[in-house]
Amino acid sequence: MSITVAVFYLLAAVTVGSALGVAFSNSIVYSAFALMGTLLGVAAMFVLLGADFLGVVQLLVYVGGILVLTLFAVMLTHRISDVNVSNRAVGRLPALVLVGIAFGWMLWAARRAVWVVKNPEAPAPTTYGIGNAFLTHYVLPFEIASIVLLAALIGAVVVSRKEVKG
Amino acid sequence: MGGLSLGHFVTLSGILFALGLFTVVTRRNAIGILMGVELVLNSANVNYVAFARYANAGYDGQVFAIFVIMLAAAEAAIGLAIVLGIYQTFETIDVEATDRLRR
Repeated sequence: MSITVAVFYLLAAVTVGSALGVAFSNSIVYSAFALMGTLLGVAAMFVLLGADFLGVVQLLVYVGGILVLTLFAVMLTHRISDVNVSNRAVGRLPALVLVGIAFGWMLWAARRAVWVVKNPEAPAPTTYGIGNAFLTHYVLPFEIASIVLLAALIGAVVVSRKEVKG
Repeated sequence: MGGLSLGHFVTLSGILFALGLFTVVTRRNAIGILMGVELVLNSANVNYVAFARYANAGYDGQVFAIFVIMLAAAEAAIGLAIVLGIYQTFETIDVEATDRLRR
């Protein structure tokens, strides 16, 4: 077993272990902190796949932005009486069966599929190429995504502020 | 990439997707459901980057992963704002308590 494979299994263990914490923890605060481990593990996976810029973006946007936002929401809405996290309509056992079927089906499909696999090139810095792609081939989706982000942030401000009557 | 294959990453992404789906299905807390959605989006991103790397597809997979991250940020901002609005109105974020339109 080469060192790359060993690193992969270590990072996969961190990622999946934290994801198990997100899925099964009884406290929403612990879930939020476990989500941090998963996001960090996925960022490390990106680096392992040679996508260095994407790893940094994951770190900045997810861990630095979305996770902090989630923690704020947890802290602003958390109540002690809110311990009953499990769903009444779908219990854990039926959910496990459902998810198990979905997972087994996906694994079966992935095993059956014929991937077009070439020998990957050696990892190289990707920032130049991604920036080039964004400003040439993907310039229109890039601009639309900017507008979507602006609209979403203004909408979030409008939705979450307290209504002032008068 | 000594010894690592596409199957490693696809399996990891499948596990993440299954756990995210489980979180979405079982949680009654609206923020917990949003966390499950984040897990699902992350598993899709791992797939994008892994396929792009093992097919030598250049930067397309990574560009799409960045678009997914952008939309996830927008989704988190809107979703959490709605959760806060629900909390101000109903004093709870239990998704089964917010059934006023159904009655």
